[in-house]
Formats: sequence, structure tokens, C-alpha cells
Amino acid sequence: MASPKIKNIMNSEAIERSITRLAHEILERNHGADKLMLIGILSRGEPLAKRLQSLIQKISGTKTPIGFLDITFHRDDFRDRLVVPQVKGTDINDPIDGKIIVLVDDVLFTGRTIRAAMDELNAFGRPQKIQLAVLVDRGHREIPIKADFVGNNIPTHEGEHIKVLVKEIDNKDGVQLTQSRN
Amino acid sequence: MNFSKLKKQVILKGGKILDPLANTIKKGDILIQEGKIKAIGKVKSNKSVQTIDCKNLIVTHGFCDLHAHFREPGREDKETLESGSMAALAGGFTRVCVMPNTNPPIDSPEVIRYIVDRSDECPVYIHPIGAITKGQEGKELTEMGAMLAEGAVAFSDDGLPVTDSAMMRNALDYGTMFDIPIINHAEDLCLKQDGVMHEGIVSTNLGLLSSPDLTESNMVHRDLSLTNLTGGRLHVPHVSSAKSLDHIRFSKKNNDKITAEVTPHHLFFTDNDLQGFDTNLKVAPPIRTIADQKALVKAVKDCTLDCIATDHAPHTIEEKEGTFDLAPFGMIGLESCFGAVNKVLVKENDMDQLSLIQMLTTKPRAIMGFNNKLFDIGVNAELTIIDPKEEWVFSRKDIQSRSHNSPFIGQNMYGRIKYTINKGHISVI
Amino acid sequence: MKHRHLLGLKDYPAADIKTIIDTAFSFKEVLERPIKKVPSLNGKTIVNLFFENSTRTRISFELAQKRLSADTVNFSASTSSLKKGETFKDTAQNLEAMKIDAVVMRHPTPGAALHLTKHIDAIIINAGDGTHEHPTQAILDMTSLHEKFGYLEGLKIAIIGDISHSRVALSNIYGLKTMGAEVTLCGPATLIPPFIEDLGVSVNYNVDEVIEWADALNVLRIQRERMRGGLLPSIREYRNLFGITTERLSKHKKELVIMHPGPMNRGVEIDSAVADSDQAIILNQVLNGVASRMAILYLLLGGKFEEGKD
Repeated sequence: MASPKIKNIMNSEAIERSITRLAHEILERNHGADKLMLIGILSRGEPLAKRLQSLIQKISGTKTPIGFLDITFHRDDFRDRLVVPQVKGTDINDPIDGKIIVLVDDVLFTGRTIRAAMDELNAFGRPQKIQLAVLVDRGHREIPIKADFVGNNIPTHEGEHIKVLVKEIDNKDGVQLTQSRN
Repeated sequence: MNFSKLKKQVILKGGKILDPLANTIKKGDILIQEGKIKAIGKVKSNKSVQTIDCKNLIVTHGFCDLHAHFREPGREDKETLESGSMAALAGGFTRVCVMPNTNPPIDSPEVIRYIVDRSDECPVYIHPIGAITKGQEGKELTEMGAMLAEGAVAFSDDGLPVTDSAMMRNALDYGTMFDIPIINHAEDLCLKQDGVMHEGIVSTNLGLLSSPDLTESNMVHRDLSLTNLTGGRLHVPHVSSAKSLDHIRFSKKNNDKITAEVTPHHLFFTDNDLQGFDTNLKVAPPIRTIADQKALVKAVKDCTLDCIATDHAPHTIEEKEGTFDLAPFGMIGLESCFGAVNKVLVKENDMDQLSLIQMLTTKPRAIMGFNNKLFDIGVNAELTIIDPKEEWVFSRKDIQSRSHNSPFIGQNMYGRIKYTINKGHISVI
Repeated sequence: MKHRHLLGLKDYPAADIKTIIDTAFSFKEVLERPIKKVPSLNGKTIVNLFFENSTRTRISFELAQKRLSADTVNFSASTSSLKKGETFKDTAQNLEAMKIDAVVMRHPTPGAALHLTKHIDAIIINAGDGTHEHPTQAILDMTSLHEKFGYLEGLKIAIIGDISHSRVALSNIYGLKTMGAEVTLCGPATLIPPFIEDLGVSVNYNVDEVIEWADALNVLRIQRERMRGGLLPSIREYRNLFGITTERLSKHKKELVIMHPGPMNRGVEIDSAVADSDQAIILNQVLNGVASRMAILYLLLGGKFEEGKD
């Protein structure tokens, strides 16, 4: 089998700049940090959400509340395949009613993950607004979901995959485009 | 019999001290001070000391009976714990285990406690054997744990067999937690029906309803098998038949948790002796043939049988006076025990004196876990003094029990109890 | 998961038990949410087939099923109205005809759950078959122990009570041994099955020695029928010899976890004060029961195991 070709699209500095811009955009769109709450979608949404939290604090002085979602149980493809949930699991300790929730994820692709996340969020309460921040949008939506804050638009073809690396999990930061050749 | 308090100092002088634990017979004196053994060996007499001349007499441990019926509570007309104690002392016994078929039966910790408390007042140590099933009905186990805590030493439904095999199994199984003997009166009541004596030529000649030896041996076999299955401890009471002995002998080869006892009357009499329809010879299990008697003697000598136990069973004159079929089963046996077994085993069958004494002292005590170190300095004096060769005839005046149902009256005895010392008192027989 | 059904824990793989326990912890979080529901088993139909009364187990399963958005149907049959053998098969085939996905069954006869697998195609979960196995109870017990201690291997667990008539005991023995724990049984000799040591457990009739040795006690219920069966003299005797009483525990100055599958006979096998103390995790067991049953249903009805993609 031919080995996949890997192309580095973003490096560590590029990612840092994108996230910083995202933090400013979130504050700008919402006129400040009031009522904001960040919710990272496991697994790589977690460290990204934490970075956003600390940047937002640096800029605005406010430490926004933060939570994490494991969307395994709300996946819509559970009939076809079974996923063993990560040991970490969902962790939302602050009430979400009336808040402006910013969902944070690494890659936006079909949109099904975000749909599952919003579905799960229903079990915790009724936010005032839900917005979406992603590091990479690679297109190919299968349901009507759009991101409010995007770090980088990277159009892809079938057979291509985007992999985001974060130093908290993968020991380095980076965005890779992988092409698998048959 | 003269029963009195021991003087402060008593010397047993010049006797043959037979120590069944150390296996020795040595001439010597014993000094008893305030009821306890003070010195053994050569003790000087003086005027202030009571001296008992034990020349040519055997001084040994007080006897221990594993099987007696003292009828209290319920039938104090037949026997009480006190009168039973007197009968025991007359027979050289200082320790007796009593069976629970009283009225009410000894089937709860409360009744055990009653017997233990009453025993403190008696001149003999009396140990209650608790019933296996409540009311001896064979349906529910008694509270063995609680009864042991109050002083029970073993469990038996004696008088009655544990007919339900599952119940016998449960009793043995439950008993493994405490390591105490389960004693089953082995008698298949279905086979026995209305039998009043051993089934054989004699019963046919007498026209009495009878039961075969299988009545006992089948159930003994069952009990031995269940003991092997459960890992429990079994003590077979009043073995009467050669067939039972065969089963016991076989099982004992591989299982050291099996013991067995024999009564004086099964060694002394045979079914021939019932020709006169003497109701005092009506016992359960019945007295069997000469062949069975010979087998019992052999089993005593080869240690298939571990000890002698009297199955002392008092009944009133009125009850025993009736016709053979109506009379209750049982005879008294404490007073006549030694004279009878000593004659059969030592005089007539070459058993050595020490071994016989062990069957009345150390062996029964070991089965119940009682102290056997009765010649230790400082221990409470629990002794009996015997003339091993005296020939005498057992008579009514030798009986101390409240009841008199003994077929030994008029029989020749060999060996006689002279004194019994226990709990600070001395009985002069 | 290796096995399609959950009939018992004998020879059940350790890896699968671990998977169930890990999944159970995730479901426990779901049970803390304001809206306690996930859509994972939406559209699946599960029948609770209870031939024996057991309100607690049935409710626990029902809650688990509903929290997973499955459809549940309850079928309570009385054994007196069933002749053994034939009608059981009819019942099973009627269910099959209605196109159900899984059956949770409790039956008084050992082997009944296995028997059911021969007649219908649905996934079978054994909720207790006579005095044989009760695997979901053992799993929730192990989940509770894992939650309390953080591990199972090398833990010393004592099971106290009527072992012979307890399916809880047998499943716990199989499961705990598979996960590397040590097990000692304690109870009246008449209520401990013969040859049980062959399963790799110890037997000790001295409950004080057992308390000294153990990290946790699993206290089983004593049934009054045992006295009529000639196996136990009285409640009083049982309590004296084996009761987990405040008095007995105070003699041992040690950290000890107390468990009970319920329902409890307060004052018999366990004192009220002990059951309500901080050492007891009995109510945790109940909550873990729902969570672990959710995990079992999720893992068995989900299909095959695969890594997920977004």
C-alpha cells in the first residue's frame, strides 16, 4: 500500500496568530466577555478552548467559564458503528441557561459533530445563543451548519484528510493535509 | 454410701496410682489439700490429716460418662440432677454428659444455661448435650452457636434418631463450624416398627416383636457416609451390633473424626438373658446375640470402640412393672458399670487394667475436650479409688439413683468402687 | 465485545468487563445532568421479561433503557401459570414475532437465559436465572468497588451470608476472580456450596477474621425459608455468628467498605447504623446499577466495535 503524502499547511506560529484573531473576533462580535461561555468539543477542542479562555482573559480581563463535551452518545451514526467513549467524558459544571455559548472544535467537516454537540447541550439547559469557533473549516457540509469564527479555510477533495496537532496532546502544534493514494 | 466434705488435708496412702494419661501404674501417696492435688509420691502422715488406706487399691482419674439421662427438667420422679450425681459418684464417675430428651427438651441456649447453673450445685460435673433439632422434632436445627456459648458440649437427639438424612447432613455440616461431635441414636424406626428386642432365635421362641441388627447398622452406615461427605465429627452412641462395628472399623481407617461408645449392658448380657422377660433388659438398641457380644469385646480391644458410656436411663417402678411390650426402654447403669465391664473385659477377656480405665477416663474426656491432666499439682481433685479384684454381688442397696430399674441386681461383679473424690467432697461407697 | 449476549460472568473476558465499567462511569455523568437522556438507543425495543418478582432490578433496567431513549415493554409472568418448557418457548417466539431487539430476563430456573437464546434471535441479558448467575449485579458491584478504590486487582473482597442460594455471589466470584481480586466466603457451613473452593476462593466461618482481612464486605440477605429447610437454626443465631453489627465492627479499627445488593433485612444480616454509615456504599451501588446497565445495553445493542471518525 502506498504511504500517504503529508503536507504541512500551518505551523505553530500560524496557529497562534489564528487563535489570537479568533479571541478578538469573539469579543468583538459579542461586545465583550459578558455572558460568554466556552465549550470545547473533545478531544482537541479542549486544549483549543483553554487557549481561547486564557487569551480572552488577557485581552478583556474576564475569565470566561469553560466546559467540555464528549459527543459520543449523541452521534447519529451509532447504528452503524460503536464508539467507546473517552474516559474523560463530558464535564459541564456551570449552568448554561441564558449564556452565549461558543462551541470550540479543531476541524469543521460534515457538521454532524456540531449537530450532536448542540443536541447534547439541550440536556444541560437553554443558552441564549450558540456560536461556533473552529481552527479549520475544510468544507463538505452534509447538514446546514456554519461556523461563526474560522481560523483557516482549507478546501479539500475526497481522499484528503485534515489533521490538527496540538502540543497538549501531540507534543507539537500543526495542521497537516494528508492525501491517501490507492 | 457416705457423702461428706473433704477434710482440709487428706492423704491417699499406699495405693497404686494408675495414670491413664501418662500410661503408668506407680505405687505412691497423694496429698489433697483444700480439695486440690498438693503432692504425689511419698507423703508423711500425721494426726491432723485424714488418711485413707489405699493398700492394694487403684487410685485413678474419676470416670467420665458421655451418655446419661438425668430426667430433669420434667421427670424428676425418675431422677434429678442431684440423685443422678449420687448414682454417678457411687459408680466412680465425677463427670457426666446428660442427654437432652427431657421435658422441655434441652434445645435452646436458655435450657442449656439452666442445666449449667444447676450443675454448679451438684457434686458431679454435669455437661449438657444439646438437641440437634428444635423439640427433637427433626425439622429445624437448634441454635448450636448460642448453645455452645452457654456450655453445651455436643449435640444429639438421643432417645430419637435423626430420621431425615438431609437434616443429619445439615447437622454435621453446620457442626463443622464448631468442631463438636454430633451424636445420632442410630435406629431406623421404619425397620424397627414395634420391635422390643433383637430379632433372632430367642425372640422367635419368646414370641416378642423384634427388630434386626440392620435397624442400627444401616443408619450407622448412613451417618458414617454423611460424616465423610461433610467433614463433620460423628460419635456413635451405644453400638450394639457386629455389623455396625464393621462399618465403623472401616470408616475409622480414613477418618479420624469418628468415635464410638459401648454400654456395660451390651458387653455383659446377650439376648438369651431375656428368657425371663425381665423388662429391665428392654433397651434401645436391644441386647443382641453372643456373636455380637464377642464382636463388641473384640472392638473394645482393637480400639474400634473408644469408650464406655452407661446410657443410664432411669424409669419408675410402675413403668417397668408392666408387660414387656408396654415398658419403656432403658436401664440405670452408673453404679453397676465398673463391676460389670471390669468382669467382662479384664477378668474374662484378658484386657489390661490400664486400657480399661482409659476407656472410662482419658478417652471419653478427649472426645469432649475435657481436661485430662488430673494428676497435675494444683488441679481440683477428681479421683476414684477402686478395689480391682473384689468379687461382690450387685444389690438394691448399691443403687443411689431415684429409680431401680437394673438387671444387674443379683449379678456377680468383679472390681468395686471404694471412694470417689470430687468438688471438695468424698463419697465412701 | 466478545459475546453477543450477557448470560453470566463465567469466562467473560476481563477486557470487556473493564470496557463496561469505563463506559458506566461516562453514563454516570449523564445521570447527573438536568436532562438525563442520550439518544443512543433511539428506536430500539427492549422487553423486560420477568418470571419472578423483582421490582428493584426491573426498575433499574427500565430507567437505564429509558435514559438511552429505547422503547421498553414489561412482561411479568407468574410461574404458577406457566408449565415448564412448552409455554416458555411460546412466550419467546411470540416476542420474536414482534421484532424486538433485546430481552432482559429474570427466571427462577438456572440456565433459563441460555435456553432463551436457542429460541429467539434478539440479544439476551440475564437479570438473574434462579440460583445461578446475576451478571449485571456483579458488574455494578465491581463498578462501585472500582469507583471507591480506583482498581480491582488485588482487592480483598469478602462475601458474607447465604452463598448457596445467591446468584449474586456466584457472578461476583467469577467477575472478581477474572479482574484479579481475592475473594473469601463467610457464612453458615450449611449455606456454603460444596467444592466452592475449586473456583479459587477461600472459605472462613470466622467473620471477625474475615473482617480483619477484607478491604470490602458484600453482605447478602438472609431468607427466613432457610430455617424451615433445616439449614439455619434462627435469625438470632445467624446474627450472633455472622451479623455485621455496630458492635462487631467497632472491635475492628479499620477502613472497611460495606456493600449490600438489597433489599436489606435491617437488624438481621446488617445493622441499620452500619447500612446508613459512611462506610456503606449501598446507595452508590443503586446509582451505579442504572449506569452500568446503561453501559451494558449501549455496548451490546450498539453493534460491532470500531474507532470513530468525525
